[in-house]
Amino acid sequence: MIPDEYLQTFVVECRELLEQMEEALLIVEQAADDPEIINAIFRAAHTIKGSAGMFGIDPIVVFTHAAESVLDRVRSGDIAMSSVLAALFIEAHDHLSVLINHVAEDSHPASEIDSHGKSLIKQLEAYLGEAVADQPDHSGEMPVVHQSKLEREQSDEVGTDLWHLSLRFGVDVFRNGMDPFSFVRCLSSLGSIVQLVTLIDAIPVTEEMDPESCYLGFEISFSSDADKLAIESVFNFVRSDCFIRILPPRSKASEYQRLILELPEQEMRLGEILVKCGTLTPEELENILRFQSEHGDAPQRPIGEVLVEQQLVSPPVVEAALEKQKQINDHKKSEANLIRVDAEKLDELINLVGELIIAGAGTNLIARRAGMADLMESTATLSRLVEEVRDSALALRMVQIGGTFNRFQRVVRDVSKELGKDIDLVISGAETELDKTVVEKIGDPLTHLVRNSMDHGIEPAELRIARGKPAKGTLRLNAYHDAGSIVIEVSDDGGGLNKEKILGKAIERGLVAESANLTDKEIYNLIFEAGFSTADAVSNLSGRGVGMDVVRRNIQALRGTIDLDSVEGQGSTIRIRLPLTLAIIDGFMVGVGKAAYVIPLDMVVECIELRAWASDEGDGQYLNLRGEVLPYRRLRDHFDMEGERVQRENVVVVRYGEHKAGLVVDKLMGEFQTVIKPLGKLFKGEKSIGGFTILGSGEVALIVDVPGLMGQIEHERGMGEMTVAMAAK
Amino acid sequence: MNAITQTVQTLSATVGGQALEEQQQYLTFMLSGETYAIGILRIKEIIQYGQLTEVPRMPDFILGVINLRGAVVPVIDLSARFGKPPTSIGRRNCIIIIEVAIGEETQSVGVMVDAVNAVLEIPACEIEPAPTFGTHIRADFIAGMGKINGKFVIILNIQHVLSMDNMAELATVGSTSASELALAE
Repeated sequence: MIPDEYLQTFVVECRELLEQMEEALLIVEQAADDPEIINAIFRAAHTIKGSAGMFGIDPIVVFTHAAESVLDRVRSGDIAMSSVLAALFIEAHDHLSVLINHVAEDSHPASEIDSHGKSLIKQLEAYLGEAVADQPDHSGEMPVVHQSKLEREQSDEVGTDLWHLSLRFGVDVFRNGMDPFSFVRCLSSLGSIVQLVTLIDAIPVTEEMDPESCYLGFEISFSSDADKLAIESVFNFVRSDCFIRILPPRSKASEYQRLILELPEQEMRLGEILVKCGTLTPEELENILRFQSEHGDAPQRPIGEVLVEQQLVSPPVVEAALEKQKQINDHKKSEANLIRVDAEKLDELINLVGELIIAGAGTNLIARRAGMADLMESTATLSRLVEEVRDSALALRMVQIGGTFNRFQRVVRDVSKELGKDIDLVISGAETELDKTVVEKIGDPLTHLVRNSMDHGIEPAELRIARGKPAKGTLRLNAYHDAGSIVIEVSDDGGGLNKEKILGKAIERGLVAESANLTDKEIYNLIFEAGFSTADAVSNLSGRGVGMDVVRRNIQALRGTIDLDSVEGQGSTIRIRLPLTLAIIDGFMVGVGKAAYVIPLDMVVECIELRAWASDEGDGQYLNLRGEVLPYRRLRDHFDMEGERVQRENVVVVRYGEHKAGLVVDKLMGEFQTVIKPLGKLFKGEKSIGGFTILGSGEVALIVDVPGLMGQIEHERGMGEMTVAMAAK
Repeated sequence: MNAITQTVQTLSATVGGQALEEQQQYLTFMLSGETYAIGILRIKEIIQYGQLTEVPRMPDFILGVINLRGAVVPVIDLSARFGKPPTSIGRRNCIIIIEVAIGEETQSVGVMVDAVNAVLEIPACEIEPAPTFGTHIRADFIAGMGKINGKFVIILNIQHVLSMDNMAELATVGSTSASELALAE
C-alpha cells in the first residue's frame, strides 16, 4: 500500500500541474501557437503520467498516455494545434482532474466516467492515426537538414541499427531497494548490449559523497528485436525518479537533438554530449580537438562553433545543445527562488513575531519610564528591526491575486459556451498582493459573482447589437490597494440593474416597506438581502436567490464589505473591499474612561477636538468638518460606560469605504502596532469589537471593528426611529 | 445488537468509574457565602484577581478579559452566571483558570470567585446525586452533592456552567439593544 503522505503529495502535485496545464491550454485555444506553451502542456502531462505510473494508478497512466502521445506529435509539429484540438485537451484535462479527485478520495470512478474517458481516448487516437497517415508528407519538413559533408546528416535518419538508451538513475535508487545494474542485466534478456558508457560526472568529491546515493548514469547502445514497450517495461520500477530516454533504431536526427535537450548532465561539454548521443563518433571529436589545438586560439573558442565550421554537425544540433545549457541555468535560477513551506510553520512564525512586538513594546515602555536615554535608543533600534521582521514575515504570506483571477479564464470560457454568449475576460491588477488566507476564501464568492454577471448582467448578442454595443460582452476583474484594504472589482458591460424591478421585488418579498424612500445605492444593495432574486427564469447557474446573500456573508466573515454600482443599460460593478491581512495591524490607541481601545490606523483620517468644531452642544450628533457634515457618536455612550464625560473630548474621524464618521473619545494615546488576538467564541456576537490586543503594560485592549461599529450605530438609530414611530401611533 | 449495547454500557461504566476514581480530588471555593467544589482535573491554575479589561455590551456575568501570559482569557463571574447579584470585588478574590472543551479544542476560561479554600478528597460514596429542585442554581449546573464533614457542598458540572454555546448565545442577546428586544416581542 502506498503511504498516505506520498499519495497526498502526488495529488497536490497533480492538481498544480493540471492548473498549469489548463492555463496553457486556454492560451493555446486563443490561437497562440507558441511551442513553449505546448511544451509546458506536454511536460505537465508527462509528469502526471510518470508519477501515476509510480503509484500504479493505471487509469490515469492509460489516459494520460493517449493525451501525451498526441501532445508529442503536436510538439514535433506533426499535428497542428487547433482550437478544436485544444478544446478536446481541455476536456481531457477535466477528465484527468476527475480521476485525480477519485484518487484523493480513494474512490472508484463511476462507469460513465470510465466510458467518457474511453471516448476521449478514442478521439485523441483519431489524431494519432491521421498523423501517421500524414507522415510521409511531413518528413520533408523535418528541421535538421543542412547542406553538409557530414554523411550521417544527409538523410534524416541517423544510420545506426541500434537502440540508444540514456539512463540517469535517481539519487534514491539504492534507498528504494533497487540496483541499477540489475536493470542493465535485465536488458540483456531482451537483446545484446553493444556498448555501454558509464557516466560518473555526477559523483561528487569524496567528502561529499553519500555512499547510499546513486550518482550513476548509463548511455547504452543496444541491439534488440523487442519493441519499445518491452524495453520500456524493464524500467517500470524506476521510471518515476529516473531519467530514461529510449530512442529506437534509425531515429530522426531531431530526436537526438531533443535527447540532448533533455539530458540532465550540466557541466558536460558540448562535444562529449554529442559523442555520447551518437551524433559524432569519438574519432570525429578527436579530429576536432586536434584542429582546435593546431589553430592555437582555440581555448576560448566554443567547441560547438568549431564543429559547425568543419561541417561535422549541423547548426540545429549545436543550437539545441547550447540552448540546453542555457535552460539548465534558467532552471537553476527558478528552482532556487521557490521553497515550499508548510502554512502552519508560517503562522507560527507570525505568531512569534507578534509576541516579539508585544514584548518589544513592553521594554520600550519600561525604558521610557526609567528615563534611560541609552536604553531608549537601543529599544528604538530594536523596535525598528522588529518592525522590519514583521513586515517581511507578513510578506511571506502575501500572494498575488493573479492566480485566483486566472482561474476565471476557464470559468468564463465554460459559462459563455453554456449560455451561448460571446464574453471576453479582461484581467487587471493581477499583481496586487493579499494575504493567502484571504485569497483562499475569496475564490467561491468571486466565482458566484462572475457567473452572476455573465448570466444576468451581459445580454445576448442580438440585444447588445440592438442597444448599440459590441456583440462581444466584456467582463472585467480588477484589483488594487486602497486605504489599507484591497479592492476587488467585478464589472460587466451588460444591461445593468433595473431599479424599479428590484424595488418591486423587494416590496413583494417584504424586504422593504412600500413607502420607503431609498437611494439608488440602497436599492442596488437590496440584491444582497437573503431570499432575493430578480432573474425571471431560474437558470442552471444562478437565479435561485440564495446567491448574493451568501456572497455577502462570506465577505463579511473576512472583515470585508461588498457594494454595487450600476448604470442601467451600461453595466454594473461589484466592489469587494477586504483587509490586507488578518494578523497584525497598525493601530491608533484611544482612551475612554479607564479602558483603552485600538482603532485600525488606516481607517483614521484625522483627530480633532470636539469643542472646537461642534458649533453648539445641542442634541445634534454631527459637526461641521470644513463644510462637510460629520455625524459622530460618543464611544462612552455606545459602550454604556459609567463615569463622567471629560472636559476635553476628542473626535477621531474614521473613514471606511465611502463612509466618514466621528468617534468621540476621552484621550488620544497615539499610534501603536498591534497583534490581533481572535475574539473567541464568547465574544463573536459583538460586532463593534474586532479582536483583542495586549499592550506593553500587559493590559488587554479592545480593537474597534469600525465597519461593524458603524453598522451597529446605524442599525440602532434605525431601531430608535422605528420605536419612536411606533410610540407615536 | 444487544451484545453491542451491553459492551458499550460496561465500557462506559468502566470509563465513568475511572473518571470518578481520578476525580476524587476537588477544589472548594466560596461564592457569596456558600461553598462549591469543582473537580481539579480541568483546573489549570489559580491567579490573583487584577488587571481586568471590561468588554462593553456584554451581559453581567462576563466580567471581561485578562492577559494570561500572552493569551487573552475571558473571565466569568460565577455568581452572576448563577443569576445572583454580581460579586463585589474584595481582597481575597481569585480567578480560577479552567480548561473547557469546545468540540475537539479546549479554551481557557477564568472564573472569578470570592475565595479559594482547599483541595479536598471526596470519595465517590460520599457524593449524592443532585436534587431535582431545592437548590438555587440550575439543576444541570450541578454534578452532585458532596459530603464534607457532614455538610453538603455543591459539586459543579463545570462543562455545563461554562458551556460556550450557551454563554455566547446570552452574550449576543446581551449586545442587542433593548429597543430591539422590545420590538421582537
